[in-house]
Amino acid sequence: MKKYLKTFPELCIACHTCESVCSNLYFKQEGKSCIVITENTDGIEINACNQCQACVKVCPTQALSVTPQGVVMVNKSLCIHCYMCVAACPTQSFFRHAENLPPFKCIACGACTKSCPTGAIKIVQDKE
Amino acid sequence: MNKLERKLLAEFKYDLKPVDKGYNRRTLYINLDTYEIKSKPVTDMMIDKFVGGKGFDLYLMWHGVKDSTQWNDPENEICISFGPLCGNTNYPGSGKSIVTTISPLTGIPVDCNVGGHFGPYSKFSGWDAIEVQGKAAEEVIVHIDGDEGYVRIYTAPDQEINSHIIAERLIQEFADSEDKYQNVSVVSSGTAADHVNISCLNFSFWDKRRKVARLKQAGRGGTGRVFRDKKVKAMVVKYSGLAGDTNNAVDLDTLQQTGIKLHKEIEKGDSSQCHMREIGTAHLMEIMNDYDLLPIRNFKYGQMPEAIGLASWEFKKLFTQGMPDGCWFGCSLSCCKAVDDFVPRSGPYQGHKVCVDGPEYETAAGCGSNICIFDPKDVVELNFYCDTYGIDTISFGTSVAFVMECYEYGILNKERTGGLDFTWGNADAALELIHQMARGEGFGMIVGQGVRKMKALFVELYGADPKLMHDIGMEAKGLEYSQYLSKESLAQQGGYTLALKGPQHDEAWLIFMDMVNNLIPTFEDKAEALHYFPMFRTWFGLQGLCKLPWNDIEPDDNASTDEPAKVPEHVQNYVDIYKAITGKPMDKKLMISQSERVYNFQKVFCMRMGKGRRIDDIPPYRAVGPVTEEEYLSRIERYDGHLRDKVGIDPSGMNTAQKMQALREYRENQYQQLVDSVYKRKGWTPEGVPTLEHLSSIGMDLPEVLEVVKRYL
Repeated sequence: MKKYLKTFPELCIACHTCESVCSNLYFKQEGKSCIVITENTDGIEINACNQCQACVKVCPTQALSVTPQGVVMVNKSLCIHCYMCVAACPTQSFFRHAENLPPFKCIACGACTKSCPTGAIKIVQDKE
Repeated sequence: MNKLERKLLAEFKYDLKPVDKGYNRRTLYINLDTYEIKSKPVTDMMIDKFVGGKGFDLYLMWHGVKDSTQWNDPENEICISFGPLCGNTNYPGSGKSIVTTISPLTGIPVDCNVGGHFGPYSKFSGWDAIEVQGKAAEEVIVHIDGDEGYVRIYTAPDQEINSHIIAERLIQEFADSEDKYQNVSVVSSGTAADHVNISCLNFSFWDKRRKVARLKQAGRGGTGRVFRDKKVKAMVVKYSGLAGDTNNAVDLDTLQQTGIKLHKEIEKGDSSQCHMREIGTAHLMEIMNDYDLLPIRNFKYGQMPEAIGLASWEFKKLFTQGMPDGCWFGCSLSCCKAVDDFVPRSGPYQGHKVCVDGPEYETAAGCGSNICIFDPKDVVELNFYCDTYGIDTISFGTSVAFVMECYEYGILNKERTGGLDFTWGNADAALELIHQMARGEGFGMIVGQGVRKMKALFVELYGADPKLMHDIGMEAKGLEYSQYLSKESLAQQGGYTLALKGPQHDEAWLIFMDMVNNLIPTFEDKAEALHYFPMFRTWFGLQGLCKLPWNDIEPDDNASTDEPAKVPEHVQNYVDIYKAITGKPMDKKLMISQSERVYNFQKVFCMRMGKGRRIDDIPPYRAVGPVTEEEYLSRIERYDGHLRDKVGIDPSGMNTAQKMQALREYRENQYQQLVDSVYKRKGWTPEGVPTLEHLSSIGMDLPEVLEVVKRYL
């Protein structure tokens, strides 16, 4: 079972609304989103955690756990802010911000999907 | 487990306060004669001249001991310090403690750089160093409660002092609850440290996944013997407030970014470079064997087909893979591998399932190839018992190798060893020897005194040839050599034998630069390397850092830099994180200046204790060239070639003895010329005494230092 944010970059218009929704929901401010939209010459990239769990095995304090739905969660009371998870993420979807000690990532809450005008992001559940 | 009845012998309450830019500005003093516990201030002078870590240890110890202090005098100290960068959770390799004491093997200060959680937790409990002096009247444990601000001394009725048992039990006893075991760390030794000098200390960290206390060793020089002589069974620290900003760095963002940069480099590069995450330092086994550098038969040879039995892939089969095996949080190099569910076949824990830390390279070579044991499981068992009994695997390996060579020559026999057969490769005899050391009986008590004392004993008791003993007894200053062959690298002969505490490779490892890549061909080149690298590596001990993330992972473009051996990008990382934590100025030259002050202070400390002279920097010939005919003949093309090309002698027409003598004279002369060059580069006289001008120029002209130096000028 794996619940995650599935992305369709070909539909994305780079309005960045998803970033704003995410950052304001979790940090009450802009600039700390768990989803990142990048516009470059090759097109638009959408970066958000695909819940692959590569980070879980490198955490020295077992601050990362996996929910029954297959979502990787950060336990802030156990995290000691080493950011080995940030470096271990194969898709660079685990983030750190200078003003915020614990690292953060998409937890597939789906808040952003409701604001996407083109359907470029969707919560899906894979049965693996 | 029933909680032990402990009697409180002393208690000291102190104010908890945050670390300020890497420093607490106070050290903890514990006197076991009087049970006095007090806080001592850290002055600006201490920080300016001694920085922290090993610098603080040596400064405190200098003022605690007398010129005449022996290792077992009550005023001898065990100092444990941490350094301003220690404990940050961002940059790999940032959790080291540095232990110093007057060594029972050498009589001079020994320093050990050790991992585990004790150092960072003690620092965050409020202390920049811990200084333990005196001898307790009864067995004690020392407890630092960094959550409540107490230091307490308790009686220690604990039955088991072997480290894998006592570390785990004390973690269980002092942790707030089972899910908080990771907040407690223990320093302990073992039963062998009650009896033998080649002993060590174990620093624990709780492995949350394995649910065991892992053990890292302050291995060299007999620290465990001093610890037990003071009647300390363990030191315990508890600290629960760890976070990424506990060091109160001035520039947390730079610290975090620099750490993530190296994490990513390791993620990308380790699997194609050193494989530290899979095998740890044991990845070196086949590399050393390939280059004729792996010690075999007491450093006689550097290569042997059988050594393939100890290749890294054999150890990889034993190490549990895919674990975050850092000895401190945030070390993504994860080199401290472990063998899980190992079942010893001998001794008091025969049949138990135990977790064994390592073997690391030094142990695999010392307790493996150097004594011709080529079954990895035998090495793991020797490793396990050395650790838990508190024995240094390096000194043990080198001591047993010496014993086996003496046995081969008939200097020792079963009658003299109490029935033990020390034929090369006899793992049963090596294991029984360890158990004898733990029980304090038999031939183990002889071997446990170390190579220097065995040499004298074998001459005195068994009529051994003193010259042969000197040539094959692999020690200098009283400390056993660590596990690399230095015969073909003049620079490494210096790296080993000029090392202040004795022949350990942590000052300089120059074999590839010198022997393989020929990057330092002249005496001046070698002297420069033997100045720079010992100073650079000293810096790790001042800051509370590990050496391994410096050059056991390298940036992709390192080879194309001006000085690849220095790993310039990583040196810059250290400059950046020092500035980020302390807010003080730093550059690559200032790093060396910081080290040079402490290095010369340690040198003068050795002189004060009666060593540190040129005569103490002489290697056994086994470290320089072939001692025996079979050794010469095994590499005859190489040695004949040296006679022709380097000495300028035609070896044809000479017999082997004549060739050996000519080579020996040449090599010993080369070594003396190297010493001249190195002393000059270091600002020392030809007798190895730092000059007053040099001490003044580097800012280490304290009156007490000059007073000692003047005795020798």
